[in-house]
Amino acid sequence: MSYIIDRRLNDKRKSTVNRQRFLRRYRKHIREAVNDAVNRRSIQDMEQGERINIPRKDLSEPIFHHGPGGQRSIVHPGNKEFHQGDRILRPEGGGGQGSGDGQASNQGEGEDAFAFEIDKQEFLNFLFEDLELPNLVKRHLEGAQTFQTKHGGIVSQGMPAKINIVRSMRQASMRRRALTAATRRRIRDLKAEREALLKQDQSPQRQARLQALEEQLARLERRLERIPFLDTVDLRFNHHVKVPVPVSRAVMFCIMDVSGSMNQDMKDLAKRFFLLLYLFLQRNYEKIEVVFIRHHTSAKEVSEEEFFYSRETGGTIVSSALKLTRDIINERYPVAEWNIYAAQASDGDNWNDDSPSCAKLIEEELLPKLQYFSYVEVMPRAHQALWDHYQTIMKKHPAAFSMAQIDEPGEIYPVFRRLFKKRMEDA
Amino acid sequence: MNRYLSEGSDWDFELLARYDEAIADLAHNKYGLDTYPNQIEVISSEQMMDAYSSVGMPVGYNHWSFGKQFVEVEGRYRRGQMGLAYEIVINSDPCIAYLREENSITMQALVIAHASYGHNSFFKNNYLFKTWTDASSIIDYLVFARHYIAECEMRHGVTAVEETLDSCHALMNYGVDRYKRPSPISAIEEKRRQREREASLQKQVSELWRTFPQMQPAIQQRQEDDTFPSEPQENLLYFLEKNAPLLKPWQREIIRIVRKMAQYFYPQRQTKVMNEGWACLWHYTLLNDLYDNGLVTDGFMLEFLQNHSQVIYQPPFTAPYYSGMNPYALGFNMFQDIRRICEHPDDEDREWFPDIAGSDWLKTVKFAMESFKDESFIQQFLSPRLIRYFKFFQIDDDERNDYVEVAAIHNEQGYRRVRDSLAEQYNLSIQEPNIQIVRANIHGDRALTLRHQRSSGRPLDDDSAREVLRHLHRLWKFDVHLESVENGSVVSHYSMPPAPVPTSSS
Repeated sequence: MSYIIDRRLNDKRKSTVNRQRFLRRYRKHIREAVNDAVNRRSIQDMEQGERINIPRKDLSEPIFHHGPGGQRSIVHPGNKEFHQGDRILRPEGGGGQGSGDGQASNQGEGEDAFAFEIDKQEFLNFLFEDLELPNLVKRHLEGAQTFQTKHGGIVSQGMPAKINIVRSMRQASMRRRALTAATRRRIRDLKAEREALLKQDQSPQRQARLQALEEQLARLERRLERIPFLDTVDLRFNHHVKVPVPVSRAVMFCIMDVSGSMNQDMKDLAKRFFLLLYLFLQRNYEKIEVVFIRHHTSAKEVSEEEFFYSRETGGTIVSSALKLTRDIINERYPVAEWNIYAAQASDGDNWNDDSPSCAKLIEEELLPKLQYFSYVEVMPRAHQALWDHYQTIMKKHPAAFSMAQIDEPGEIYPVFRRLFKKRMEDA
Repeated sequence: MNRYLSEGSDWDFELLARYDEAIADLAHNKYGLDTYPNQIEVISSEQMMDAYSSVGMPVGYNHWSFGKQFVEVEGRYRRGQMGLAYEIVINSDPCIAYLREENSITMQALVIAHASYGHNSFFKNNYLFKTWTDASSIIDYLVFARHYIAECEMRHGVTAVEETLDSCHALMNYGVDRYKRPSPISAIEEKRRQREREASLQKQVSELWRTFPQMQPAIQQRQEDDTFPSEPQENLLYFLEKNAPLLKPWQREIIRIVRKMAQYFYPQRQTKVMNEGWACLWHYTLLNDLYDNGLVTDGFMLEFLQNHSQVIYQPPFTAPYYSGMNPYALGFNMFQDIRRICEHPDDEDREWFPDIAGSDWLKTVKFAMESFKDESFIQQFLSPRLIRYFKFFQIDDDERNDYVEVAAIHNEQGYRRVRDSLAEQYNLSIQEPNIQIVRANIHGDRALTLRHQRSSGRPLDDDSAREVLRHLHRLWKFDVHLESVENGSVVSHYSMPPAPVPTSSS
């Protein structure tokens, strides 16, 4: 006798835990691959899985086995040309045609790499591992001005409009069964006795006993009827609770200097940095809006395409962009409803008198509204006035302001990690 | 009016049941196959990949190496570099067979005959399986192992458990009693005994290492003859479980679990050719009978034969995809050949197999299936005719020469040599290095010494030997030495931690 069972609907991902263990064990390799990928990939395909290669020898599970050497005999099928006693030069590496060797010495694993794919989600997990958006928690509470009513279980007190009929009736049924169980059992016994008596021959005792039984039964039936169908203790009510809804929207301001001193390489660096930030924000918020602001002597809100690719030259007044940011925030992104992040990339060139006013703008008008302001300087040369002024801001507001310098593509990711590293004091 | 069970290639559960019934009728009533009850489970290809990576078992403990396997199988399958097996079968009672939903009805029938009647009867009747495995308790035991290891992970951390498992896996092939029979126990019993062991084992071990021998007359006695263990130990994991001085109780239990798994799989490793051959013999015989009885169509039969011949194809050694003997090919042909020798013996067969030539074929193949393992099966039943059929030839490879020599081919002088040599190829105790524990210096530095007995001058693979020794050291926690011995003298020496001055080397 065979049982035939359809298991197709069972859980398919039995190996998930084992797979995660595997990824965990080879985290170092995967991190390296992810790191490479960040620097190699173009913006468009940043959000993809990645192929990971791990050298076989790092993965090996060693067991005792024979090495090459010694004497051994091997039997192979398919002899066409050999006679007993034929001697064949031993081929190097055990590969060649007609060798007959090769199998036995081939016990070790090949040196090729072990390759597998991680999916988009895992890629991003590794990419942003140990990173955290600063001030995320704080704003969640602050921004909690909208509430949502949620089902909060069943309670025994409430207003009539919220009676949960099914649960109340179930409760009533349970109570009735519990309270009447003994009586019903008694009735069953008495009825059985009456049945038995009715089968006997007629006699005075039997009549008397029957009489008594009838009375008892009638009393018990009345008792049953007295149990209420629905009692106030049965009533159950739906309970609703108001929960604050955290603000799950974020806006990200990308501010870039497009003055003549910024060349295409520098822009590319800045772009990669913005992209990482965008991906990272995406993981934390349901909805993200991005505002692109570019500036030379005057600032302008532009489309993504224009932001990254159009060419313009001119002098540099950084404060123009900061002012525009402030205006856009005031106009479109009320602080209560939005988490606001700003990232600025520049080569640090600024019109000299402008830097103090930039610092003032950021400190007095922007930082109170922002979650975080990060500044990256994409320039290999010495710092200029802007950097110094920003540094004083950073000293005063270490939790909301950060800055770093990037020289080459390889540094973007490490710098990004440094800027968003989990901070204990924020937790 | 035809009596076909089905026409067309689609299957449904009712149809599976009808085929199973027809096949069971033939298997049990016509051929008298003795099987466990069957549990046939239909699964998707993703589930099949899961099954692959847990060595086919329906439950298993978690370990990264299974994840690695899964990732590899998944990747290769996705890229189209490999197909998945049509079925996986588990030596359990009831015998669980997994069928893939993508199979056509022909393939499902083939697989049912192959796994649920072929493998199943092999599991139930082969002497190795009868001796070493207990089909009724394996699933229970796997559940126990999974829970126990999960519990350990919670109590002691994933990393600690993983390290212990890594070390055990490295020694898994040396976790087998080759000569003693283990007694089967149920999961509940196992759990109870595990608690007892945990309590008493630690006590015993401390006893063994007690530093005041004068307080323990029995131990003082042992000191006199000074060799411990008294005989070389081949079951390394067992020795470590019982005697490693500093292991925690839960680590001993994990060693035990790995050891039990090794023991359970040991017969399968020794009977690949026979097991697959037997299963192929029966899917071939049973499905042909279905056809002879008019139960299946010509189309069914063509599809079946095409698959069958793929399965039992043996590429010659010159083929680019040749990777050694195909156990299906060798096994199937040997069983078919035994049947032929019984039914239509010629003079050569009468000379080579006087006992079975002309006997009842069914009895003979059953006897062969029940009483042998690959090595002895080939030694016993490989006929000259098959050696000619496969065009076997034997290559001798001696590292002292710069050539290899064709030692024997499929001719009169060569039959026996080829047969001996092929049988040897399936002898695990020759294929695996012979390594035993010879001394644990329990009164001195607690160093553990292992001996590798070289045969035919075959050395150990250096790198892997050092790696494994590291794992051994992790469990033993004191110095571990491995001597490779040939003709009584030590040819090479490995130590963990590595000896500061290199000692003799080969």
